[in-house]
Amino acid sequence: MKNGGRDVYMVSGGVTKFTKSNPAMDFRLRTKKAFDYALNDIGISVKDIDGSVASYFSDHFQRQLMSGIMAQDYLALTPKPSKRVEGGGATGGLAFQTGVEEVASGRMDVCAVYGFETMSHVNTWKGNEFIALASDTNFDYPVGGFYTGYYAMMAVRHMHEYGTTVEQLAKVSVKNHGNALHNPYSQSPMKITVEDVRNSTMVSYPLTRLDVCTMSDGAAVAILASEEKAFEMSDHPVKITGIGTGTDTMRLSDRPFLKVPLLPNEKESDYKNLKYPGVHSFRAGRSAAIEAYRNAGITDPLEEIDAVELHDAYTSSEIQTYEDLGLCKYGEGGHFVEEGKADLNGKVSVNPSGGLLASGHPVGATGIMQSVFMFWQLQHSIKKHFKDDALQVKNAKRGLIHSHAGTGTYVTVSIMEAVK
Amino acid sequence: MTIDYDAKMPETQNGTEVYNTDPLIVKSSYEIDYIHSYAQDSEFFRALGKKKLMGSKCKSCGYVYATPRGHCMICGAETEWHQLPNEGRIHTFTTCYFGSEKFLPETPFNLIMVEFEGVDSLFMARLIGASLEDLKIGMKVRARFKRNLTFSPTDVYFVPQKE
Repeated sequence: MKNGGRDVYMVSGGVTKFTKSNPAMDFRLRTKKAFDYALNDIGISVKDIDGSVASYFSDHFQRQLMSGIMAQDYLALTPKPSKRVEGGGATGGLAFQTGVEEVASGRMDVCAVYGFETMSHVNTWKGNEFIALASDTNFDYPVGGFYTGYYAMMAVRHMHEYGTTVEQLAKVSVKNHGNALHNPYSQSPMKITVEDVRNSTMVSYPLTRLDVCTMSDGAAVAILASEEKAFEMSDHPVKITGIGTGTDTMRLSDRPFLKVPLLPNEKESDYKNLKYPGVHSFRAGRSAAIEAYRNAGITDPLEEIDAVELHDAYTSSEIQTYEDLGLCKYGEGGHFVEEGKADLNGKVSVNPSGGLLASGHPVGATGIMQSVFMFWQLQHSIKKHFKDDALQVKNAKRGLIHSHAGTGTYVTVSIMEAVK
Repeated sequence: MTIDYDAKMPETQNGTEVYNTDPLIVKSSYEIDYIHSYAQDSEFFRALGKKKLMGSKCKSCGYVYATPRGHCMICGAETEWHQLPNEGRIHTFTTCYFGSEKFLPETPFNLIMVEFEGVDSLFMARLIGASLEDLKIGMKVRARFKRNLTFSPTDVYFVPQKE
């Protein structure tokens, strides 16, 4: 891997069904179920795991500090090495990359990355308050105090800059909820129309209830391994060929107005009058893509990537992210979804699982969930795990997973590739 | 030194609110008063009482921030306080019909990001005196200040301003 160190492979994964509330299991048991699924799928045992990374976002949701060690303990992984990684909505992506680093560095041959979140211990509006505490508490939280409000302002500006329409936003919702009809792990599968999205309750203009993801309970586990261990444990390991991470200012108001950092397939003249990122784009997403593409040797993302699982906490952020990832030029995101290019059998399948909008968003589990669904896509084992092959992306060889925090503060991009 | 073999905890009538018995789901409360220091941002909040909107200017590179910060995000140098104009324009907006539990009673409310002439970054605020249909990017707005301060950034809010 060009990121440096040893080659790293994903060898197995497990996910619990995401639900609004599942009080019959706590986070430890949920994580255990996902972990056992991953172990059993390739016939390995807990003894084969050298250490772990714990991925969870908020201590507020459960009012339990050190949940990570409680999961470690419950999974029978003590006294092996472990650490918690946290970075808002990108927690899962950051933890996944930390697992890659654990193996690449040679510290571990086999690393379990487990993620979880239990959001149902508080009501939805209190949950929104906890999430809003991930905005500057001096200047942003007391004024807005609501992430959908922040994203709505970004969407309004995107519409102003590029002529993006509310119907184009709605198309993302229709696509992702529709894909989830065939994903048995998803929380909100729905057959809906653009009109349904626009007619559902307005949350923050222009985002309606169906433009916004939900609160969820869930867990997910990814098992990463060195090349030697990977081929010993699995007939179909998937290689992690590049990772990238970008950051940006905590406050949306501090985002500068500069030039676009270009991908290899872009020219400065593409964006003559564009002030970037402003509040319409995610510079962290672009930075993460640049690093990951460089490491994976990708120069034309739309042609070289077959499937993408990206962080669609909002329909608008999926459109913004197409552009950050260079699946289309800045300004073309609305048309990209409208023309069906992101459909299951489109030019590049984006969120074939249903994404956060429909699969659910138990924050710490989300980025790991993306890696598991992408792993199964690249293994061509969707039918085995979903009991339905409708969502199997044909000829999927190279996938991208994208995890995103705050108003675009931490963003991770990881590239995964089938090796046979 | 006396050992009491019949030691017994006193009974209380505190009880616990129970939502469900299988699984057992109970109410658990948590409340805390923080001693929150605005530290290097303090001057911004004090200035609102003098009807002044204070941003920051980098002493080294000259970058001007509408939302103050003690050190520059571009070059890392220390900033100085810099008074902003009381008028600006809407850079973007929304109306929130829902919100965090704490702010639900205030919904619906308008949220805007304000751009100021000669200032490099934006400022987030509430806007009153106009409804969603009236809000436009580029619309002129004016800062107003509360007389009775709460020492929150909502001590300043914006209203539409005639061109």
